Amino acid sequence: MFAIEVENLTKNFNGFVAVDNVSFSIESGEIFGLLGPNGAGKTTTISMLATLLRPTSGSALVNGFELTKRDDDIRKSIGIVFQDQSLDEELTAYENMDFHGRLYRISKTVRQQKIVELLKLVELEEKKNDIVKTFSGGMRRRLEIARGLLHEPKVLFLDEPTLGLDPQTRNHIWEYIENLNKEKGITIILTTHYMDEADRLCDRVAIMDKGKLIASETPEKLKEEIGGDVITITSSEREELYAKLKTLSWVKHVEPHDGFVTINLENAERHVAEIANLSATNGIEIDSISIRKPTLEDVFLHFTGRTIREGEASSKDHMRMIHRMGRR
Amino acid sequence: MDIVYTIWLRNMKRYLRSKSRIVGSLGMPLFFLLVLGFGLNSVVRIPGAGQGYMGFIVPGIVSMSVLFTSVFSGIQIIWDKQFGFLKETLVAPVSRLEIMFGQTLGGATTAFIQGFIILALSLFMGLNVTSVPGFLVASVFMVLIGLSFTAFGIAIASKMEDMHGFQLIMNFVIFPIFGLSGALFPIDSLPSWLRSLTLLDPLTYGVEGIRYGLSGTSQVNPFFGFVVLAGFTVFMVVVGATLFRRIDV
Ligand SMILES: Nc1ncnc2c1ncn2[C@@H]1O[C@H](COP(=O)(O)OP(=O)(O)OP(=O)(O)O)[C@@H](O)[C@H]1O
Ligand SMILES: [Mg+2]
Repeated sequence: MFAIEVENLTKNFNGFVAVDNVSFSIESGEIFGLLGPNGAGKTTTISMLATLLRPTSGSALVNGFELTKRDDDIRKSIGIVFQDQSLDEELTAYENMDFHGRLYRISKTVRQQKIVELLKLVELEEKKNDIVKTFSGGMRRRLEIARGLLHEPKVLFLDEPTLGLDPQTRNHIWEYIENLNKEKGITIILTTHYMDEADRLCDRVAIMDKGKLIASETPEKLKEEIGGDVITITSSEREELYAKLKTLSWVKHVEPHDGFVTINLENAERHVAEIANLSATNGIEIDSISIRKPTLEDVFLHFTGRTIREGEASSKDHMRMIHRMGRR
Repeated sequence: MDIVYTIWLRNMKRYLRSKSRIVGSLGMPLFFLLVLGFGLNSVVRIPGAGQGYMGFIVPGIVSMSVLFTSVFSGIQIIWDKQFGFLKETLVAPVSRLEIMFGQTLGGATTAFIQGFIILALSLFMGLNVTSVPGFLVASVFMVLIGLSFTAFGIAIASKMEDMHGFQLIMNFVIFPIFGLSGALFPIDSLPSWLRSLTLLDPLTYGVEGIRYGLSGTSQVNPFFGFVVLAGFTVFMVVVGATLFRRIDV
């Protein structure tokens, strides 16, 4: 059973194609990750699936309901935590939840009971009568997640659930997400540009870049696909190093970056010494060498030719993020 | 109806919680009332007005308070848009019409309360309310001003991206509407070209209606005023609802 099936979904903002002919499907009960740098089109995709934005073309089924035709049914069956905060800061945590419950026409007794239950789940029960204005970023996020669950959605969209949070809070939220998925069987679609987050949480990930979907697989398969190990060499003379490395037969793939070079190969341990020798004989200075198993970061690099950080260099987007975090 | 009530309830909670805003927005009307009322009371004689100039402008200042509060309540949608809360409302399985109605009723209620506070305060400044039915008549007109101008605020907010345009709207729309309305002067004493201009201003009918209720005299037939203002209210609600339906988040 699919929770979501997307076919050739496209969004065109006055000539700018933010989402370009995207197709994928998500099984019921999965945690599905949508990865990509700033501006990749993740939020736009989610907004369309959540009925907030009208697709330019293409079609989608959400919980079996056809997008744009059965929007009301879709709305009842999904929950969403927006990338940008969407709480009423002047109301208390309880009142924010209560407002949501009333909007979704949950009866009073059920509403009261569920609000308490959910606030407990996100450890905000003691703060329930505090005005949201006094909450920290992490508390607000947890409240938003609790709110998104109040009407028992079958599918929960989480747009950058941990953006701008400290590592401890992120870990906390990851645990909630995992529990929700396991214990309540809620299908979760999350977007992130933290690769470790996707690696830890997701059963499957789709990599998105410039509006296009470029891969959609389990994290393991994706990592296997690029194969073997990754060696990262930092050196001020990366051009020379790159030219030399390219000629070696056991190197599967070399990629020069800003101040470092990455190499994909099998059995890296065996070749490190060789690389060191090669550089020494050619008079190339090496600052450091590290070996590791490939991460999703490497997968992203492999598919797009850029690290995710290079991908989000646009300062406008960066400003947006700062702005957003400042509001937290 | 439950959704309309939910939106209304949120508006009430926010209103009652913002003590500083309640007091703050009473400031200007009270200032007008005191300065103009006491300042001009002994100088100005309004023909046919029983209670002096003070009694004459109380309805005007009450309308001012209702007008400003309601426009402001409607425009608050922009903040909801900017602070993201509007998305939470729009993604719920409710119709936008319900949201718009709730917001309009909420704004009208707060505006009515603000107007009522001014009215109550002016009792201490020598205003005599002649009758309970008269007060009810005034209330009906206050509610209509509240509804129509909250809807007006929502219409504006649906078209504006941020608060930058707010000042413009205040200076070029709201102040002229207030100024032309006969809140501060009797429209009968105007030159005829200016008088016809005031008769194009919907607030004029509100002010005159309230005046009729409170003092028993007015320069526009109150029943005619009611019909015009009610028509304007329906028109504004339709416009507001239409624009709000097209709002993008
Ligand atoms: N309403 C809009 N009008 C015009 N362009 C838009 C609009 N919304 C988004 N875009 C553009 O579409 C592209 C994709 O935006 P989107 O917000 O979906 O990216 P994202 O993957 O969510 O990025 P981020 O990681 O920054 O959240 C961006 O280039 C953005 O500027
Ligand atoms: Mg986004």
